[in-house]
Amino acid sequence: MKQRAIRVTVNGKAHESEIAPRLTLVDYLRDVLGLTGTHAGCEHGVCGACTVILDGAPVRSCLMFAVQADGHAIATVEGLAKDDGTLSPLQDAFWEAHAMQCGFCTPGMLMAATALLKSNPDPSDDDIMDALGGNLCRCTGYQQIIEAVRLAALRTGEADG
Amino acid sequence: MKAAEFEYLCAESVSEVCQALADGGEDSRIIAGGQTLVPLMVMRMVRPTLLIDINHVAELQGIAEDAGGIKIGACTRQADAETSDLVQQKLPLLAKALRLVGHPQTRNRGTVGGSIANADPAAEIPLVALTLDAELVAMSNSGESHYQAAGFFSFVMETALGPDQCLTELRFPVWDGAHVGTGFEEVSIRDSDFAILAAAAQIETDNEGNCRRCAIAIGGGAPKPLRMGACEDAMIGARLDDNHINQAAALAAEAIDPGSDVHASAEYRRRIAPELVARALKQAVSEARP
Repeated sequence: MKQRAIRVTVNGKAHESEIAPRLTLVDYLRDVLGLTGTHAGCEHGVCGACTVILDGAPVRSCLMFAVQADGHAIATVEGLAKDDGTLSPLQDAFWEAHAMQCGFCTPGMLMAATALLKSNPDPSDDDIMDALGGNLCRCTGYQQIIEAVRLAALRTGEADG
Repeated sequence: MKAAEFEYLCAESVSEVCQALADGGEDSRIIAGGQTLVPLMVMRMVRPTLLIDINHVAELQGIAEDAGGIKIGACTRQADAETSDLVQQKLPLLAKALRLVGHPQTRNRGTVGGSIANADPAAEIPLVALTLDAELVAMSNSGESHYQAAGFFSFVMETALGPDQCLTELRFPVWDGAHVGTGFEEVSIRDSDFAILAAAAQIETDNEGNCRRCAIAIGGGAPKPLRMGACEDAMIGARLDDNHINQAAALAAEAIDPGSDVHASAEYRRRIAPELVARALKQAVSEARP
C-alpha cells in the first residue's frame, strides 16, 4: 500500500514523515518519533493512557490514524516540562500529592488534566472527575490524582494573583 | 500495525465523498470521529479497503437555525454541539444527552452524525433524534435523500443508509411553546459508559399545567431505539401529578423488547424501564410547569 507524506507539529517542533495510512497516531509518536512518553494501553479507546492534546483538545491517540494528524499540532507529555527539566505546575502537584504509583496512566492523566486547567482554571471536583473520567488508573484509587489537579489549580490561581 | 491495510482518501467535499463511495464499492467506509470505527479496525473486526475521511469537509460541519428548526452538520463534533448556545437553548434534550456520550476525549473527536450512522441501540444521540422526530439527510451520486428518524434505525448498527450514501445533516424540529421541559435518564456501569437503558422525554404543557404534547423514547431496550407510544398517549391531555406519571411510565415495561448481556438481564431492563421513564418525565414536568 501507498505510503503517505505527513507534516505534524509535536510540542512545537515540525516533523515530516512517510507513513502507512494504517499507522495509528500513538504508534507514530512512539515508534517513528521516539516519543515514548505517550503510553499505549488498551489500544482500542478504553483506558485513556494514550491521551494527547490535538489542536488544544484532549483526544485518544490510539483512535486516530497518524495520517489524519497531517497539518495538525499535537502536545504530548514530553512537552509539559521546561527544557531545563523544571516540571509544569501540574506535574509538580502530581509529584507532591503522590498522584501515581506505577505511573503507567500518568501521561494520559497529565494531558487530560492539562487540557482541563487550560479551559477551566478553577475546576470543581465534579469537573475534574468528568475530565479524567475517560482515564483508567489501577493503582491510586484516583483520590490523590484529583487532589493533585486541585492543588495545581490552586497554586496556578495564586501565582496569577 | 494493528489495522489491515487500506487506501486513504482525505475528502474535501461531499461530492468527492459520494464519488469515492460509488467507485470504492462496498468495502469502502467513511471515517468521521472514528471512535467506534478505529477500535473495530484495529481489532480487525472490519477491514475496509478504502477509508474516506470526512473530517476536512467544511460543508458537513456547523450548527445553524432556520425556519424548520436546528440543522447540525453530520461531521460536527459532539463537544462542539455540547457547548453550542443554539443546542443549549433550542434543543435542551440533546444538550442533556451529549454530556453522557463517552468522555471529553471521545467527544472531542466523535461526531453527531457518526453516532447516528453508527446506530448503536443504546447510544444517546440516536435516542434523542427519535424522540424529537429528527429528519436525517443523506447524499449519494443519485441525489439527496431524506429520512425520518422513526424509519431510519433498523437494527443493531444498521440503518436505512445504503453503502453509497453519506449522512450529511440532522434537522431537529424545535418545540417553541412557552412551557416545554425535557428529561434524560440512564443507567450505566459508570458515567459515560454505554447505557444499559436510557429514557428521553420532552413535554409541553398548557397554561393550566396539563400535558399538551409529549414524546418519550427508550434506548437499549431493543435492537434499535423505540418510541413509547402508549406512554405518550396516556400523558397527553392529563394533569401531571406523580401518580399519573407513574401509571403512564409503567406502560414502558411492555413496550420494550430487551436482550440480556454481560451487563444486565432482559428482566432487569424491563424492570428499570418504567422507573427511568418516570424520572425523565418528572424532570421534564418540573421544567415545563407554568
